[in-house]
Amino acid sequence: MSNDILIFGEVRGGALKKVTRELIEAARRVSKDTGGAVDAALVGAGAEAAAKGIADYGLRKITVFEGDALASYSTEGYAAALAGLVKESSPSYVLLGATAMGRDLAPRVAARVDGVMFSDCVDIRMEGAACVVRRPVYSGKVYVELARRGERTAFVTIRPNNVPPAAPTGGSTPIEKRGPAAAREAIRALVREIIPLEGGRPDITEADVIVSGGRAMKEKANFKILEDLADALGAAVGASRAAVDAGFAPAAVQVGQTGKIVNPKLYIACGISGAIQHLAGMRTSKVIVAINKDPNAPIFERATYGVVGDLFEIVPMLTEEIKKALA
Amino acid sequence: MKIIALMKRVPDTEARILVNQEGTGIKDDGIKYVISTYDEYGIEQALRVKEKAGGPSTVTAVCAGPEEATELIRTALAMGADDAVHVCDPALASGDPFLAAAALAAAVKESGFDIIFCGKQAIDDDMGQVQTILAEMLDVPQVNVVTGFELSGDGSRATLRRRIEGGDEMIETALPAIVSCEKGLNEPRYASLPGIMKAKKKEIRTKTLADLGVAVPGEARSAIVRWVPLPKSSGCRMVQAEEARDAVRELVKLLRDESKVI
Repeated sequence: MSNDILIFGEVRGGALKKVTRELIEAARRVSKDTGGAVDAALVGAGAEAAAKGIADYGLRKITVFEGDALASYSTEGYAAALAGLVKESSPSYVLLGATAMGRDLAPRVAARVDGVMFSDCVDIRMEGAACVVRRPVYSGKVYVELARRGERTAFVTIRPNNVPPAAPTGGSTPIEKRGPAAAREAIRALVREIIPLEGGRPDITEADVIVSGGRAMKEKANFKILEDLADALGAAVGASRAAVDAGFAPAAVQVGQTGKIVNPKLYIACGISGAIQHLAGMRTSKVIVAINKDPNAPIFERATYGVVGDLFEIVPMLTEEIKKALA
Repeated sequence: MKIIALMKRVPDTEARILVNQEGTGIKDDGIKYVISTYDEYGIEQALRVKEKAGGPSTVTAVCAGPEEATELIRTALAMGADDAVHVCDPALASGDPFLAAAALAAAVKESGFDIIFCGKQAIDDDMGQVQTILAEMLDVPQVNVVTGFELSGDGSRATLRRRIEGGDEMIETALPAIVSCEKGLNEPRYASLPGIMKAKKKEIRTKTLADLGVAVPGEARSAIVRWVPLPKSSGCRMVQAEEARDAVRELVKLLRDESKVI
């Protein structure tokens, strides 16, 4: 096994995902101590063009895989490409974003090369000679820190928004272009179509700001006031389990232990009491605003700023004031 | 069709999880255990596929877990699973996903399978990797985080909806395959009283790793360095004013000037 680190740069719709630069930063932190080189692999349509966007980040080499069989994401097509590269170069660590793609791909490749798999990490750092990853368990009710034992390539998926993005350092990394490692006919599960989410707002797992509503929204139509606030902030709209179970909002936007784990810069909880399973999904948000008429609601124990009052009065006012402030 | 539903025993979502005094794990006392929420969607989908496929189809619940998991396996049987395999071995307590996957692979190979359902992740360790390692070990395709499932008329293929950031992928897969389920796929049924009565007579085959021919590795692939409790909240600043409008203005000011998030 080498000392090197391989980054999987996720390309979706021809664009490189933001988390890729966060992975570069994470890799720099580790390689600074281990002295290994950092390489990247980009797979799919537009990979070569996307690779040019990170050619001045001090990477040793970028390998891109493009071709008909890789036109859309498939576990099998992407796993064949990445596993081949890992077997060739035998990196110490392979870093991927803890995204829909990274979560699906990493364990498959880890199993194929008989590696180690650390899912959904929020930190990776050197501790003496050991590389330690931190990951939330029980949906973030507690953290556990782990280290590899023995000589196996470790695959680490890192959640977006936890490590700051790397800055370019200049230079020009060579880009090597390759074709697919598996034929399209050999791929058993294929994406036929991608259906975009309605509404055009950012996805809650990627949004910098989330406006979220709970049971106190009373009915689906009332989410309009949250959408107005979200639009003023360029935010996503989320919901508590109680609101989703009551049919006020779709399951896709549920925040909490049985929904999405989110980590925005700003989380505005409107009429959410703050059940343990909800807090587990949003407690790492950098700033939490709680608006609730019950001053004893548990959400206030985790909030940065609290406003006690009627959300139907406060939220529209907040929308107006934010529009004024941002005008 | 031979349909498998994988299930794991985990603490309830409302459980308070605290690091124990020794810092070696969580405080186990007073925790209520349940079938992992996402696995329940898998059990429900398995039952729906059986109902739709008709013929001599069976649903087998497969659980790798401690002895105490038996009562939860009975719940799956009461929901309608036909029989169950319980891989019960102290070595599984290590939580090694590769060992869990190897145990499940051996169990489902023994019982046979056309499709395997499970949750997208267990809600205790939140790894979401066992089903994918299992898929690789069995050399079958996987479709993770599924919110829609349609079996083809002849039962040889399936069309699935998989949730990704900002949308859904529509995926067509050959079977056998592993399908990991996300909230929104279905509403799991409750066990009926007749179901509970019937479940008592259904067979649970208990197996050790040795029974299944699964070797326990001498050294784990990874080790826990430490458990870390959550940092204490730094305290909430209540924004108050006589007029709601003034409180809101103060809040906007704080968001812009103090925490600089807007």
